[in-house]
Amino acid sequence: MEVGQMQRRLVDYTKSLFMEGFLDAQFLQLQQLQDESNPDFVVEVVSLFFDDSEKLLNDLTMALDQPNVDFKKVDAHVHQLKGSSSSIGAQRVKNACIAFRSFCEEQNIDATLRCLQQVKQEYYLVKNKLETMLRLEQQIVAAGGSIPMIELGF
Amino acid sequence: MLYQIMDGDYGGSCGGCSEDMTVEFGYEPHVLAVDDNLIDRTLVEKLLKNSSCKVTTAENGLRALEFLGLGSDERNSLEGTVSKVNLVITDYCMPGMTGYELLKKIKESSVLKEVPVVIMSSENIPTRINQCLEEGAQMFMLKPLKQSDVKQLKRHLMKYRS
Repeated sequence: MEVGQMQRRLVDYTKSLFMEGFLDAQFLQLQQLQDESNPDFVVEVVSLFFDDSEKLLNDLTMALDQPNVDFKKVDAHVHQLKGSSSSIGAQRVKNACIAFRSFCEEQNIDATLRCLQQVKQEYYLVKNKLETMLRLEQQIVAAGGSIPMIELGF
Repeated sequence: MLYQIMDGDYGGSCGGCSEDMTVEFGYEPHVLAVDDNLIDRTLVEKLLKNSSCKVTTAENGLRALEFLGLGSDERNSLEGTVSKVNLVITDYCMPGMTGYELLKKIKESSVLKEVPVVIMSSENIPTRINQCLEEGAQMFMLKPLKQSDVKQLKRHLMKYRS
């Protein structure tokens, strides 16, 4: 596949992530921070997000598995995850966290367990999408092309 | 989104002039950025560096105070009257010491009380915002931060400085 085709495919793929709500404008802020002095900024931050989120999801799983659930602790973890997902523009994860926090406040064990499943699902979806997108970018760069900037005009 | 105490008629944006001001004044403030979230710390550091700031990060209030020379073992160790930072920007919600508590400690220090402190939060809670502004915070900023927020912060800081 030649570079132009790869670039078009990347643009279409990235746009679909915005259209489907996986990513929001904050992700564009991240991309705009990438420059010659920091050419891997997006990959670095996204990798930090993956590591941080997986740890939080493990902590959440353990916290909700206790005989006496400490909802303050659960809420603290969700607050962290909400923060990081918001900062990188992972909109659906962020929204799932918002719902999660309201059930933590109610100390509703069944609902919070469902929320955990929902957050995990959204997280793995966006992880998969971001990895695909970053792979497409890598292929373009390896072929000598540059990564097109996305304009959100819709 | 920014909430700030404004002296004079600052209000509003001047979108095109931030880069010119940086070049003209060559002002590279030293900013201490405090946040317990690693992603947010990384992001705020990059945003500040992109606005030609020198950045030191701290992951909690205690580390921040230690850096500023206000650590619990260093009560009397502050020499002179010059702070090594020009701005502290801190998250509000942090375990242990909140950003508000950090703000208070800085404002209680005779050497550091003039250092502007900006509070960041992901939550838009008016009572929280007012509490911080009343305690002397220069600005309250909503997360997630954007480049335009940081540029506006820097313009405000330069005006405050003069």
